[in-house]
Formats: sequence, C-alpha cells, structure tokens
Amino acid sequence: MNLTKSFYMLMTMTFLSNPVLAQTPEERGLEIAKEVKQRDFGWADMQAEMLMVLRNKQGEESVREIRIKSLEQEGDGDKGLTIFDKPLDVKGTAFLSFSHPLEADDQWLYLPALKRVKRISSRNKSGPFMGSEFAYEDLSSFEIEKYSYKYIKDEPCEGGTCFVVEQYPVDKDSGYTRRVAWIDQDQYRVWKVDFYDRKNSLLKTLSFKGYQQYLDRHWRADLQQMQNHQNGKSTELKWSGYQFQVGLDDSDFNKNTLKRAR
Amino acid sequence: MRVKLFAMGLTSLLLSPVAGADDTVFDFTGKLSSEFQAYPDEGQFVGQAYHSNASIALETAFYWGFNEGDDSVIFTPFIRIDQQDEERTHGDIRELSWIHAGDDWELRSGLRKVFWGVTEFNHLVDVINQTDAVEDSDGEDKLGQPMVNLSLVREWGIVDLYVLPGFRERTFAGVDGRLRSGVVVDTDSARYESGEGDQHIDTAIRWSQSFDLYDIGLYWFKGTNRDPRFELGLKNGTPVLIPVYEQMDQFGFDGQATLDSWLLKLELMRRDTRSEDYSAMQAGVEYTFYGVSETNTDVGVLVEYGWDERGKGADVLFQNDLFFGSRITLNDESSSEFLAGLGYDIDYQSHSLVVEASSRFGNNWKLSLDARIFESGSNQDLMTNIEQDDLVQLTAEYYF
Repeated sequence: MNLTKSFYMLMTMTFLSNPVLAQTPEERGLEIAKEVKQRDFGWADMQAEMLMVLRNKQGEESVREIRIKSLEQEGDGDKGLTIFDKPLDVKGTAFLSFSHPLEADDQWLYLPALKRVKRISSRNKSGPFMGSEFAYEDLSSFEIEKYSYKYIKDEPCEGGTCFVVEQYPVDKDSGYTRRVAWIDQDQYRVWKVDFYDRKNSLLKTLSFKGYQQYLDRHWRADLQQMQNHQNGKSTELKWSGYQFQVGLDDSDFNKNTLKRAR
Repeated sequence: MRVKLFAMGLTSLLLSPVAGADDTVFDFTGKLSSEFQAYPDEGQFVGQAYHSNASIALETAFYWGFNEGDDSVIFTPFIRIDQQDEERTHGDIRELSWIHAGDDWELRSGLRKVFWGVTEFNHLVDVINQTDAVEDSDGEDKLGQPMVNLSLVREWGIVDLYVLPGFRERTFAGVDGRLRSGVVVDTDSARYESGEGDQHIDTAIRWSQSFDLYDIGLYWFKGTNRDPRFELGLKNGTPVLIPVYEQMDQFGFDGQATLDSWLLKLELMRRDTRSEDYSAMQAGVEYTFYGVSETNTDVGVLVEYGWDERGKGADVLFQNDLFFGSRITLNDESSSEFLAGLGYDIDYQSHSLVVEASSRFGNNWKLSLDARIFESGSNQDLMTNIEQDDLVQLTAEYYF
C-alpha cells in the first residue's frame, strides 16, 4: 500500500515536473517568440510615418520619407501599403503586399510616371530596401513560422533583464544564417538584434530606442538604428504619427487603393 | 475644344470654395528636365541635317485632397520646348481629374492616363490613351484622355467601365524632327471614319483579377483606333501623309505568372476595323538573379517575342520580332540602374539597340544617359526610315 502510494506520488511528480525540466532551449525559444507575438496581437490596423536617414562611412546623409498602413490578419501575414514621399524622383511610388508566414508574399508596385501597376517577385528578401542598411526581410512583419529558435541565456539589457534568443530563418533565400535577439522579460520588447551573414560572421546590429505604448498594450520604438559592421554604413529609422485602430479594412488594400495612395 | 471646355470647368470648380475646406490637403511637385541629344549622322530627309538637339520640359503636379482623402483633384500640365522640331515643342494636360472613392468603388472623371499590360518592349494592349509620339520612340509617353471611369472592386475582381468622350490625335515629328518617314504627317488634316470625327464617344470595359500567383486582365474597347492608317495628300504642293482614324473593336488579354524569380508574361489582342481584322501577341519571360556574387546587385534577364498576324504587311515595327533585355540594379543609395535592350526583326534582319543608365545625384537630381541604334536589314522594313537617327542622349532632371 505504502509502496503503491509512493510509486503513485513519484509518477505524479515525474509527470508534473518533466515538461519543465525537459524543456529544451529550442522549446524555450519558441515559447518566447509566441509570447512576443501574443502580447502584440490585436492591434487590428495601424498607420505611421517613417523617416529613414542613410549615412555612409564619411557621414554623408541621404533621406527617405515613407508612410505605411498595415492591416493585421488572423491566421496569415499582414497586409501592407507603403507610400514613398522622398526622394522626390520616386514620390508617388507605392507598394502593396500581402505577406504570408511561409509561402511567397504577394507584392505589387505602382509606378506613377507610367500609371503602371507591376506584380513583382517577392524572392528578393535579402536585398537592401531603398539603398539602406535594412534588407526587405528586416522590415517585414514578424511571424513565428519564419524562424526556428534557441534560447541562449538571460542577460541585463536596456529593458531590464533580457532573454537572449537565436532565431534561424526558415527561408533559404534569407541573407542570414541567424539573428540573435535581446527581448526583455517584463514586456517582451525587442531591444537589440545581431544579424549574422551567410558566412556566419556578424554583419549588422539593430538597436531599438524610445519605446512607447499605444492603446495600453502595443509597444513601438520611436527610433531604430541599424549599424553595418562590415561596410561602416548605418541607417536610422525615425517613426512618428503612430495611429492604431483607425478603421482600415481589406477594402483599403487593393490595386485601386495602390494607384490612389497619397 | 471639348477638352478645353472641360478643363476650364474643372478649374473653376477648384477655385470655388469647397465645403469643409479646413481639411483640404494641398501638394505641389514638379520635374524640370533638360535633354541634350547627339546624332552621329545627319538624318536622311530634308530638314534633318543636324547633329545635335536641345530641349527642356516642365511637368508639374497640383494635388488637392479633401473629405479625408475620399475626394481628390489632380492637375498635371506639361510643356516641352524643342530646339529643332516645332512639332515637338508642345504642351498637354497630362491629367486634370477628380477621383471620388467609395468603400468598394471609385469614380474617376477628367483627363487621365490609364496603363494596361505586362510586357516591356511593346505595349500592345495599352489602348486607352493616345501616344505622344514626339516625346520618345518607346511609346510610353501618353496624352491625357477625357474619361469617366467607374471602378468596382468585387471579390471576383475589379471591373472598370469607361466612357471616353473626345479623341486625341497622335503627335508626329515635323519637317525638322527625327524618327519619321520621308513624307511628313500633316496633323492638321486628320480624317475620321466616324461622322462625329474626334467627338466620337468611345467605351471600354475591363475585368482584372489576381489568382494567387497569376494576375490577369480582359477587356473590350469600342471606338476610335488610336493607331491611324495613312493616305497620301498634298499640302501647299508638297506631298504629306494624312492620318486616318478608323473605328475599331478590340479585345485584349494580359496575364502574368509570378513564379519565384520567374515572370511569365503574355499580351494578346484582336482588332477589327473596316479595313482589316487581325490578331497580335507579345509574350516573354523575365528572370532575376538577386544579389549576384554576394553583392547588392540584381541582374534581370528578359526575352520577349512580338507577333502580328498580318506579317510583313503590318504597319507596325514589331510583326515577327525577338527582344533580349537586361536590367542591372545596383540597389545603392542613388538607385543606379542600367537597362539594355536588343531587338531583332526575323523577317527583315533589322536590329535595334537601346541602352539606358540612370542615377540620382543629391536629393533632387537624376541623370540619365541613353543610346539608341537602329540598323535596318531591308528597305521594306519601316525601320529604314529611322536608320540614320541613332542617338546618344543626356538627360538631367530636377525634381521639386
């Protein structure tokens, strides 16, 4: 009887504790990613303005001004409309994308001089966005399925104590072997990302500054700084005019709204 | 005339006070471009005995948005002054239109430009606007077309209905212009099949939809053919070509499959006029190598084929022609780009080569260097006329 009870207790303890004890670094990494996504879910739709400052090694600057509108999709990647205001020779150019976690994104580009809408290949993930140090894949929406994960350690960071998590892109066309992200344990905000190139050497570091909370829930950084360690160039992304739940819906994201985008 | 009246009406509408004018958004932009053309050869016709030409053009865009962007008015006047060709010294209202957007529909009224199609070397199915042929030889410059366009967005696609009141005549090079035939086109004495002349009201309907990786469009156009045929005439005792604009029915299809780095493109059209019925096609593939040899450079390679049922008898340049092209994009801060296109006429063994390079300088300038070479293989080919119009062109554009 005693023996049976002891055995039962042992069994119960094993069953209860095993999942925690046996959680692999991979499972822990995935769990953190899911929590990041979960905590931000429900923003519905948003729009914002983005000022991009490109600096070369000599410190010379050039500027891009861009406005974006996004629509959250349940069970799929977001829809996005990007409108270019500067440089002036591309003013009026607009970009429509329906992103998908694993399949290729659907992307259309509107060229105002010809009034032409072009369906474009979304294969170019690793290429630079507007000549900046941000690649297209750095600016696309974060979807859990895009990476596999590995939790590395805890480490003090600007946001308090951070999880350090490695993210391995699933897409073979990614320009990275891995990204290392610092995510704070309190609010699950990303503070820093190191990007490792295809040869697995450190390529870029992205830092997030000036986090603000919108609708008492969604954290967005006012400033993102991308430093390229290999070519000495950097790009700053300054965000302004964040608005959430302004009432955008599917009818704001089609080829007609692309042509009319202002 | 009708166009002018319409323009005046819209302008006065704009100047009158708008209800709730507080939330009106106004924006003004423009482009000033100066062009220097060098011709290695004197042209083969009288009036073309020169080696260089200079030209400047100004295009400005005025934009008013109101009702939180649901209504907008755009006014885009254009003017060019050309040193050699008085026909190329011209102006146009590229756009003067009002757009009203509902939830799943838009009404667009006024002078506008519409582009249909997917291919790069020829724009076969693009029929709404008349070509401003004195601007360039690529047929991509268009004259503003008066229209009322209702666009409906449905689950099963976008349907566009067009009523096109008034016709724009094509522009043609004058006596002193290049890129023309030996006999000059007399644009003052155009003839029309329709008794209503350039006042005929044309109509068009188009359906377009994206199915996953496939984007397709189908349309029917009924009205004045934008491409004239020519009759010989006399003006002050000199032979001239008189453009004759017939009525036509045209069915068109355009489709693109976007498969990873591959683009497959097809344009088809069937045109019925009083003097001929025929089909034509432009088809091609494009493949892009992204980030070649660990750089940021993308290299696109494209091949297209142009076919016209009328064969050698066709009054177009591309009746049985192959095209090879390459687009090199550096993806640098100045958006540097190189384009090269080689055309080969299988019937006449004629060649044409187009090379374009462009880059941005500072925040406001863009410089382009273009070269065009035409090599006709037969005096039966229309290209014979422009064989001595090889050209190197430097364009400086200032954006404001």
